[in-house]
Amino acid sequence: MGQLRLEIKNLSFRHRSTQREVLKEISFYADSGKVTAVLGPNGSGKSTLFKCITGIWKPLQGEVRLGETEILSLSTKEKAKIFAFVPQSHEAPFPYTVLDLVLMGRCPYVNLFSSPSAKDHEIAEKALSTLGILHLSQRPYTKISGGERQLALIARALAQESQVMIMDEPTSHLDFKNQLLVLSTIRSIAQALNKIILITLHDPNCASMVSDQLILLKDGKLLGFGPQEELITPATLELLYGIKSNIIKHDRYKVIIPYIKYKERLT
Amino acid sequence: MNKRIISISILLSPIFIAALALFWGAYDISPSQVIRAIWNSVALSQKETEVDIVMNIRLPRILLSGLVGIALSGSGVTLQGIFKNPLVDPFILGISAGAAFGCAIAIGFMEWLPVPLSSFAFGLLSVFLAYSLAKTQGEVSRLPLVLSGIVVSAFFTALVSIIKFLVDPHRLQSIVFWIMGSFALADWDGVVSLFIGLCIAMIPMFAMRWRLNPLSMGDEEASSLGIDVKKERLLFIALSSLGVCLCVAKAGIIGWTGLMVPHLARMLVGPDHKLLMPVAMAGGASFMILCDTIARSITSYDLPVGIISASLGAPFFMYLMKKGGKEAWGN
Repeated sequence: MGQLRLEIKNLSFRHRSTQREVLKEISFYADSGKVTAVLGPNGSGKSTLFKCITGIWKPLQGEVRLGETEILSLSTKEKAKIFAFVPQSHEAPFPYTVLDLVLMGRCPYVNLFSSPSAKDHEIAEKALSTLGILHLSQRPYTKISGGERQLALIARALAQESQVMIMDEPTSHLDFKNQLLVLSTIRSIAQALNKIILITLHDPNCASMVSDQLILLKDGKLLGFGPQEELITPATLELLYGIKSNIIKHDRYKVIIPYIKYKERLT
Repeated sequence: MNKRIISISILLSPIFIAALALFWGAYDISPSQVIRAIWNSVALSQKETEVDIVMNIRLPRILLSGLVGIALSGSGVTLQGIFKNPLVDPFILGISAGAAFGCAIAIGFMEWLPVPLSSFAFGLLSVFLAYSLAKTQGEVSRLPLVLSGIVVSAFFTALVSIIKFLVDPHRLQSIVFWIMGSFALADWDGVVSLFIGLCIAMIPMFAMRWRLNPLSMGDEEASSLGIDVKKERLLFIALSSLGVCLCVAKAGIIGWTGLMVPHLARMLVGPDHKLLMPVAMAGGASFMILCDTIARSITSYDLPVGIISASLGAPFFMYLMKKGGKEAWGN
């Protein structure tokens, strides 16, 4: 499997009505086979960054390149063959079965006036069995647990057969066990299927578990980009979140211990 | 495979209901006479009263109501899908009110204007108004469009009331009758012209139906799945509005079908639009034929079919909302 690199150069963005730039000249890259995580406080521009990369919002300036291909000028359909977006596990408007949901990933390959073929069904079922949830295929998406929903959405992204998988807070609504399940799944997808995975996370502990590369984002500015071993330090965490902390190492894991100031009295 | 049996029986139901409807009517013809009449007109091309009633009154009327049922429920499925809202129907965009105004003004004040043309024009105008009103808010999303549909509806309904108030009482009656909806004027020319018109609207919509699945997941998600949301949504709205306007121009305003039949179909066979669309269309045809058969045979008058569809539909719908609604709403 060849190495592929997603490169973002000087990406800036601002909303039409305001002058404030939400993203300021962001540059980084993400390699295939690796998980690249974006860390940053709420409102730092993480979601905006993903929307600009996938072309849902139009950036003010900048370039997004996969290998030799310039991506921002591609059609919606062509972009969907390159990027698969995994949203946070959400409510579907109608109780589609899990298989119906995963089949939606075949959308960029299905002609405007037709429906998914037998081959599309095969690919969708393969994606489900890769994630070990084939037994859920006929269950309504609205009736399965949050962790299963997240896996179903990841299966849909697999069925989309794109080189880049983009995930927005995939662990945010999950319990401890399901968080670990989803994080380990993400890691194995990157390694076994040689995908480029871009992911936003709230918890730096999760980032240290799952990611290879880190992007630190604050107020729309890039504070740091590099291997996670180098970037998860008390100094960067204080810069990013304004929280003092200590970091304990255990095997390949880091555990972040924040100093929490308790208020004596609530006023 | 319970779902498969249900789907197949709904898909075949229009044939049986239509056959049943052929034997039923205000003019008493025995089943054997009906069969003889069909045979005579096909094989011998004889002219008698029975042949005329079966072949030139009942049959076109059944076909017309079936076509209207297909178009209204097909459009209902489409609109509920793209607005990811199971409580939307073809009339929420203001088509109904616009078409009613077009009809009222043509009957009341501008006799030189053909009623179907006028109602069709104003029906399209109101969709266009609702859509562009929603568009001023920036992106056209679900709620603004529904709200502006309601605004446009209210506006045209007010205009209809003004016309009703001002118009001469003899014409008032035909306006009221039209607005209630009826198939009483069905003939073969009407069937053929509606069929051709509906082919233009419904065939592309039917072919595109699977895309309603990703489209119903919301703008950003659909777009990340490779759908040109603005373009495809506009196409779906245009095709379904055209279908509804053609029906309104032919048979007046028939409520409930476009809201209720897609709902029922979704409860029975699930939300996948690939299966839902044909099942809802077939169910819509059966429902409409059934309503019209009742409308023309329970009294010696020809009742407006809209009254039957609403009085059959509303209680049944209430029962379903109480009984099994949760499944279809997705919680």
